[in-house]
Amino acid sequence: MGHLASAALAFFTPESGGSQNANQINTLYKIELVIALVIFVAVEAALMYALVRFRARKGAVAAQIRGNTRLEVGWTVGAALILVALAALTFAKLSSIENPPNSGPEGIRLASASGGQLLASNKRLPPNRTSLEIHVVGRQYIWQFVYPGASEPDGLGAPYSYEEMVVPTNTTVTLDIASLDVVHSWWIPELGGKFQAVPGYHNYTWFKVTKPGVYRGQCAVLCGRGHARMIATVRAVPPAQFEAWRARQKQLLSEANAQAKLAREKIKTQTGAGKVENP
Amino acid sequence: MATAQLAPVPQITVDRVRPQPRGWRGWVTTTDHKRIGILYMVTTFAFFCLGGVEALLMRLQLGSPENTLVAPIVYNQLFTMHGTTMVFLFVVPMMAGLANYFVPLMIGARDMAFPRLNALSYWLLLAGGIVFYASLFWNPPEAGWVSFVPLANSTYSPSGGEDAWIYLIHLTGLSSLLGAINLYATIANMRARGMSWGRMPLFVWAILVYSVLLIFALPVIAGAVTMLLTDRHFGTHFFDPANGGSALLWQHLFWFFGHPEVYIMVLPGFGIISEILPVFARKPIFGYRAIAASTVAIAFLGFLTWAHHMFTAPVPEAILVFVLVSSFLIAVPTGVKILNWIATLWRGTVEYSTALLFCVGGISIFVIGGISGIFLATFPIDWQVNETYFVVAHLHFVLLGGAVLPIFGAIYYWFPKITGKLLSEPLGRVSFGLIFIGVFTTFLLQHVMGLDGMPRRIYEYPNVGHLHLYNLISTVGSFILGAGVLATIINVTITLRRGVVAGPDPWKANTLEWFTPSPPPQNNFDVIPRVRSSEPMKDIRGEIERRTSGAPSAGAATVPAGATQVGI
Repeated sequence: MGHLASAALAFFTPESGGSQNANQINTLYKIELVIALVIFVAVEAALMYALVRFRARKGAVAAQIRGNTRLEVGWTVGAALILVALAALTFAKLSSIENPPNSGPEGIRLASASGGQLLASNKRLPPNRTSLEIHVVGRQYIWQFVYPGASEPDGLGAPYSYEEMVVPTNTTVTLDIASLDVVHSWWIPELGGKFQAVPGYHNYTWFKVTKPGVYRGQCAVLCGRGHARMIATVRAVPPAQFEAWRARQKQLLSEANAQAKLAREKIKTQTGAGKVENP
Repeated sequence: MATAQLAPVPQITVDRVRPQPRGWRGWVTTTDHKRIGILYMVTTFAFFCLGGVEALLMRLQLGSPENTLVAPIVYNQLFTMHGTTMVFLFVVPMMAGLANYFVPLMIGARDMAFPRLNALSYWLLLAGGIVFYASLFWNPPEAGWVSFVPLANSTYSPSGGEDAWIYLIHLTGLSSLLGAINLYATIANMRARGMSWGRMPLFVWAILVYSVLLIFALPVIAGAVTMLLTDRHFGTHFFDPANGGSALLWQHLFWFFGHPEVYIMVLPGFGIISEILPVFARKPIFGYRAIAASTVAIAFLGFLTWAHHMFTAPVPEAILVFVLVSSFLIAVPTGVKILNWIATLWRGTVEYSTALLFCVGGISIFVIGGISGIFLATFPIDWQVNETYFVVAHLHFVLLGGAVLPIFGAIYYWFPKITGKLLSEPLGRVSFGLIFIGVFTTFLLQHVMGLDGMPRRIYEYPNVGHLHLYNLISTVGSFILGAGVLATIINVTITLRRGVVAGPDPWKANTLEWFTPSPPPQNNFDVIPRVRSSEPMKDIRGEIERRTSGAPSAGAATVPAGATQVGI
């Protein structure tokens, strides 16, 4: 019976299981759901009862009552108290949802984050101020993920990927979400809530995956005709595998850069357009 | 007969009322609030049907995964047209239509305060609708009814459809603003002798607050769409981040209007429920003052909660906390209303008329939307469910329960007053049953779709989990809902040809519109009675009864013809 109830509850709850914030939201939701179901059943039952019990019958006379101050004050205060309790519960749960924990000892080794960026409004770092920070960049209709490790001083040359974000397990990943064109929204249901990517703004969230696996999501704000196909995947792999993947991305990037440089040289000699600025 | 002394001598006041031209010219040139009201109601119902067809096409597309029935662009156009139509061309102006027809009658006035302005309001509404739907022949808008920038700017939505949307907002906005000023002036100045604020029908209270909300909220959206228009065509950069503008500004402005707009849609619905329940429970409304006060409280708080539509946007934590609290707060007066309605039925003698069924059905549907609203106001939960089918379900439970079902209730309740004929009750019950079942079948499982990760505004979805099954059930439900609406259309069509004559007061109701014949004469009332309570018609019936039978009797139903003799 208990199992059935929990199954029914799971049917009506948000996705979770990937990261602590998603799990905590799920718990908060379940508590609210139980309270909500009690209120729902009570109100609908009272309504149905009133309809059936007091339906017009021969000889029945309606009681001419215009109100009852005590009762009305009572249910107003009662409703307010339930909401105060729900608000208190939400605020109690808030830090476990909003504040990222430290990476586990099994996670990848991270350099300490620079403190200056903390001035940004909703950006949060783990207590030890180290996390793997990935820049999530939305554009019509694809997500780009830029990893730390720029090879050039202006921030260029950082490893990146499209559509699939590869992350190490047991490592706190903080996301810096932005957009290049229209409003998008980052969302992987099992890894926590969604956050809009608004051009001109930065939005922040985090997750920490413990189980290796693939977590799927898609853009959640209408961003144009291809909105339905703007998907995102997070693939969580053991830290060693992640380091290998990142090294490979870096290598591919430098190879591509080298080829591009070669191509540019070729264009210069072929066309004799050496004097063209910004070839 | 004893009633003869009671019936006032008919005083034809034709010297103050010009006879209307016959035929179509009568309708085009009319300044009579009743004719304008009918124009409003017929027009908005036609738009409701258009919006409904758009919804059914969307549900057909989503009936199976990876469906190719409509192209992505067409799907985006469909939900943009559907949302915009239902909000701006159906619910808000339908309430204006009902208010136009019934507010003057309910307060004992002979017309609106500004009859010509009233006509202008209607024609502006129609113009807005035509401009918007004319885009069907070129490029309909496709940026959603919220038209988020930068998607709605000239770079990403170059077609004129977006401009058609902007003009629709301008024209219907102006229409609503003028209408609201007119309604406010009418209610404030033209009430019958004795009708103090505390004796005003609750529908009139709701319309008063509806008008105030419109007057405060509309200038904001009018400004926002003007900024969008100049951004699109005249080189301004209000919403352009590359030139110092802010894309987030649009969201703030839109929702500062958009959230009060929700109450603009549901408060008149609440007003309708508050009128119909006491009539069919044969019992006064429970807590008149609490209901009127909660209407005002909801309106005030409604201006403080707009940012709960923006919980996932980059806004400071302090705003999230503030808006959670204000949104929770607004649940209190809303909940109070529901409890007052249940208490109104309690110990009454409830007659299951179609009008009552629609109102009670509306309450039971609204309760679900209200409760899911608490989840959405809890911002960490909102992060998971916002912009998904959970929200689609929530807003449909709120608007169907709080506005659409009460509108259907109002149609069944007031149709006899407007036409003089009673709609068929059996067919009405069929319509109610289909709509009620249709709402639950269509929208209940949409909560689960959203929780499972299905975002809104997507033209296709993969065949994972039970998404196909849920969507299929939802599609079937939408057609049940459509059949229910069709049943009412058939009912109206049949009744107009051969309906049962209603008489002035078929329901033995409480308010003044039932004092006059059905349909009411052009001047509404030959004699405007003095109002002595919040239920003037009940007083009048009681008075007639006392005088005809010599002594008061408990069964008010024994004098069916009394009102007729008074009214004519």
